[in-house]
Parts: sequence; structure tokens; C-alpha cells
Amino acid sequence: MKIAVAIKRVPDMDTRFKIAPSGTAVDETGLKFDMSDFDGYAAEAALQINEKQGGGEITAISLGPDVVQETLRKALSMGLDKAVQLKADAVPFDGYAIAEALAAELKGGSYDLILFGRMAIDSSNQSVGPMVAELLGLPCISAVSQLDVSDGKTVKARRELEGAYEEVTCPLPAVVTIDEGVARPRYPSLKGIMAAKKKPLEVKPAQLGPVTATVAKMELPPERAAGRILGENADAVPELVRLLQTEAKVL
Amino acid sequence: MATDLATDTFLASPALRPREDDLYGIDAALTEEERAIRDNVRRWVDEKVLPIIGQHYLDGTFPKHLIAEMGELGFFGPSLPEEYGCAGLSNVAYGIIMQELERGDSGLRSAASVQGSLVMYPIYAFGSEAQKRHWLPKMAKGEVIGCFGLTEPDYGSNPAGMITRARKQADGSWVINGAKMWITNGSNAQVAVIWAKTEDGDEAGHSIRGFLVPTDATGFAAKDQKGKLSLRASDTSELVLADVHVPADAILPDSKGLKSPLMCLTQARYGISWGVLGAAMACYEEARSYAKTRVMFGKPIGGFQIQQVRLADMLTEITKGQLLALHLGRMKDAGTFTPQMVSLAKRNNVNIATECARETRRLLGGNGILAEYAAMRHMANLESVYTYEGTHDVHSLILGQAITGLNAFG
Repeated sequence: MKIAVAIKRVPDMDTRFKIAPSGTAVDETGLKFDMSDFDGYAAEAALQINEKQGGGEITAISLGPDVVQETLRKALSMGLDKAVQLKADAVPFDGYAIAEALAAELKGGSYDLILFGRMAIDSSNQSVGPMVAELLGLPCISAVSQLDVSDGKTVKARRELEGAYEEVTCPLPAVVTIDEGVARPRYPSLKGIMAAKKKPLEVKPAQLGPVTATVAKMELPPERAAGRILGENADAVPELVRLLQTEAKVL
Repeated sequence: MATDLATDTFLASPALRPREDDLYGIDAALTEEERAIRDNVRRWVDEKVLPIIGQHYLDGTFPKHLIAEMGELGFFGPSLPEEYGCAGLSNVAYGIIMQELERGDSGLRSAASVQGSLVMYPIYAFGSEAQKRHWLPKMAKGEVIGCFGLTEPDYGSNPAGMITRARKQADGSWVINGAKMWITNGSNAQVAVIWAKTEDGDEAGHSIRGFLVPTDATGFAAKDQKGKLSLRASDTSELVLADVHVPADAILPDSKGLKSPLMCLTQARYGISWGVLGAAMACYEEARSYAKTRVMFGKPIGGFQIQQVRLADMLTEITKGQLLALHLGRMKDAGTFTPQMVSLAKRNNVNIATECARETRRLLGGNGILAEYAAMRHMANLESVYTYEGTHDVHSLILGQAITGLNAFG
């Protein structure tokens, strides 16, 4: 099956973020970057589909400056077959601008299946996948936790709901966004890492759509206020109970 | 549309900026591939090793279930050529893998060191083409585990005095007798590289040669050494060879004299000089995190000068050790390294790692003695690493001889 997987390079979330002097972006100094978690699940889902079917080709696509090549090579080291970088100076906030660039690249590729992560773990927009589907005139199923395309004609997808799940089907070709649950992304083997540099990585200028939505301001949550000591012994209890009732309203 | 192919081009690492735990920006001195390998092994150790290793240490068991996966991911003999089923990585990449494995546990790294540097390497360096084709691909996958028998109960730092003998029979086959001790992987191995003195009348007369001995051969016995208070998550065995009969083609044809096993040890010691940095880093990270969160006298203990000195010393020594290991690795890749350089790196890095573990144990106070934390496990492990693969003292004498030209051995 011919599959495309869209991949975003995001900061490692296990860190204390600072805001850049511009006030509209994260300060990238000292951050470590990796593939967005859900995109890793999407790459793994694509690999498993083609391993089950015994053939096919998987293309990783990422939009951004040259540093995204590192993330693309990680996808190649997992076993994806080739990669395309849609080169842009920066990744705009506006998902539509990105979706247009991706759709322009995907349009001519005659892909059977186009996979996205459910969302990018840094921007949490959940918008690019469905927008690409719309631009390509393809059906879209979002936040899929199990995926079956074994008949080569239809997608059978499972979506987790609050306390339940639903099964959704649509014909191929289709766009599917992947939630966790499909399968944990594999560890690239050392041979896979070595092989990645021999796989094709094509660089094309991104044909970004118009950017209309931008970040006006970014702020960190306020520091937690310091605690208060009401007293040292049993005498403090009535006041504590009163404050828990009236001020904290937890009793 | 303008299109160009980025195949075989790599991002310039210097674009990376120093991080909190990488004060000297050593990341920037690694290639993208080396960083990818490090991050990959690190994730594997975080997910598969750290959650279970404390219990294995307490139980005194080697986590055998990890072997197949380690093989699949390519951790065994990663710098040997691809034609033998290995990954063909650089020596720096090999060092990085050892570092990350030892960040988990010295026992795990020891198992990989022995498999790669002490068994696969001599087969590759001294073996016949048939031996290489037979053993290396299976060993790379972890389907066959090997051990290395050089040290004997009475001959540790002085292997030249070994008692084990291989006697050539009329039909060209060999009969081996002797005992080996402190053999990592010994009871878990399917094949042993046994070093023995021959009396085959070659030019050298009594010559030390290597033999590939299947561990199911009649007369071969491996018994785990009990009562270890260090490297508890690793199998250490005693081997006994009583009239073990092996065919003529069991000998490693290009092994010639004591130099051959010493070449293997140089490989393994190189890996150790990287590996122990992983243990030191694990301890430093544990110490830093504990110092920031443990409150005593109303503030985090990291706010006290005495703990800051500890942390400053650790970071300084780790950074120096990393620069030493990386430079050594680059020289090994360039083919310009010497065994004396490896002695210096092994001696220094194991020593500073041992100190880091001990200081972390102390910084953690009472909690530092618990298996829940890594410090004391690493501390106890590193006492073995300090002693094996050329003791700290033997490396001092190697350096002393290099400096003065005078031999202080014996």
C-alpha cells in the first residue's frame, strides 16, 4: 500500500519551557527535539500495515527548516522508505497554511492512505489532518486507536469515546489521524539508523497557504502562591475548617 | 519546482546549543547519527532496563529476557562489518552504546562488552573465514552468547602464567585442560573463547592460542560464582575444562601469543572507558534531582554549599571523562590510538565514575542505601569495573612504564 505519514518535529515536553523575547513563541535554547508522539504512532501503524501486506511504500513528509531532516531520518531509521522535506523558514501557527502545502505535495502522489498523528504535542491544534483531507476531497477519520485496511478498499477504524468506542468505516483513499493505542513506535535498530542515510530524502520548497491566524501572545501559567501557616496546634483547626469551607470551598 | 536530494548530507551538529547537563556542548561534537543512536539506546534503557534492574540486582539474576531484543537492535558487536550481520558503526558509536547500557547497569554493559569485544572481536580478528561466517551473524542477533576465558584462579593480572594447556593430538585435534575464573556470561554461553598454552612446537614453542569451545562439549563445566556483592545482575562463572576434546578447526588460526587476548582486552577497555560514564551520569542525574527536591533545614539540600561542591565535582569529572572518551574514540576511528591511551582513559574514567557513585550515595543520605535509588548499585558495580579488565593499579603501571621506560611489573 502506498502510504504517506506527516511528521512534525516538536520539543521534548519533559522540560521547563521559557518564552522567547518576542512573547509569541517558546525560547528554543537548550531544548531537545523529537518526532511528535502521535506521529510516531502513525509511522508505526503504517509500517505494520505494509508488513502485514508484504509490500508497499511509505513516505514521511515534514514541513519546516532543515532541522526537520533529522526527524525525517528518524522515521527512515524506523523503516519508512523515503522522505520529503517541504522547506519553510519556520512552521506557521496557522494550520491552514500548512495544510495547503501538504495537500499540494500529497495531491499528485496517488497515496492509498495518508496518516497524521491525532495532534502535534506542542501546538495541540488537531487541525492539519482534517484540513488536508478537505483540500484533497478525501474522507477523514480522526483520533483512531485501531486501524484495519486489509481488504485494500476500505478503512475500518476504531475510535475511543468516553466509556465506549465506535467503529467507523470509509473507502480508500482516505486521511486518518492516529491516536495512541495502535502500537507503540518501534525502536530503530542500529542497522536501521545506518540504513536511513542511504534512503532518499527529497527537499522541496513548501507552497504554504495564506497565514491568517497568528499567535498574539504567549504566557506561562502564574506561579503558585505561597501557602499560609494558620497556627501550630489544635487551636488552628477551627480557622482551618472555616477557610476550607469559605475560601477554598472544598468542604 | 526546485528540488534537490539531501541524501548523505547531515546537519551540522554545531547548531546545537549546550544544555543543562551538557555544559560543554559535547552534543555538538557528535554527529547526527551518533546522537540518534544515543537517544535510541537511552530510550530503550529507560523503558526496558530501569524499571526492572533493581529487582534483578537484589535477586542476583541477569535479565536474560533482554538478550534477544539487544541482538535485534544491534547492540552486540555493533562496530563489526555488515557482511557478518553487524551494524558497521564507528568506534565512537560503539562507545556511546556502552555508555547508555551502563547508564542502566554495569552488568548489562559487561554482557554486551564480553559478547562484542571479547568474543565476536577475536573471532573477527583471529578467526578463519568459516568461523566468522558460522558464529558472527548468530552472535550479533544474540542467538548465541559467548564468554571469554583468559583469567585463572591464580593468574589474574599476570595472564602469561596461565596453567590451562591445549595438547595437539595426532589427528590435529586438541585436548584442553584447565580452569578459568571470573568469567562473565560463563553459565549462559553456548561458546567460550578459551585461551590456552599449546605445545605444538611452532616457532614460539609454548604459545598462547585461542580456541572456540562449545560449552556443551564433554568435560566442559560452568558454575556460577556465588556471594557477589557487586555486579549482581550479571552472571559470573568458573569454568572447568577436563580433557575437553575439540576439532582441529576450533583454534583461532591467527591468534598468536599473549598479544592476541591483550588486543581483545584493549577493545573491551575502550568500551569500558565510555561505559562507566553512563553509570556516572545516572548517579549525577539522581544526585542533582534529589538535591533540588529533598528539603532539610527548610530548603532543598542543593542550596547547601557542601552538596553544591559534590555536584560541581561530579559534573567537572564527568565532562572531562566525556572529552577524554570522545577524543580517544575519534583517534580509534582514525587508527591512531594506542593501548596506553586506553589505559589512561579506563583508569581515569572508572575512577571518577566510582567517586561519582560514592558521592551520590552520600548526598542521598539514608535513601542512598536503598535499591530504589541507583547510586549504591552503581557504586558496588563499579568496584568490580575498577578491578576487572586491568585493575586500576595495573593501568598505573602501564602508564608508569610508558612514562619512564622502566618496567615495574613483578
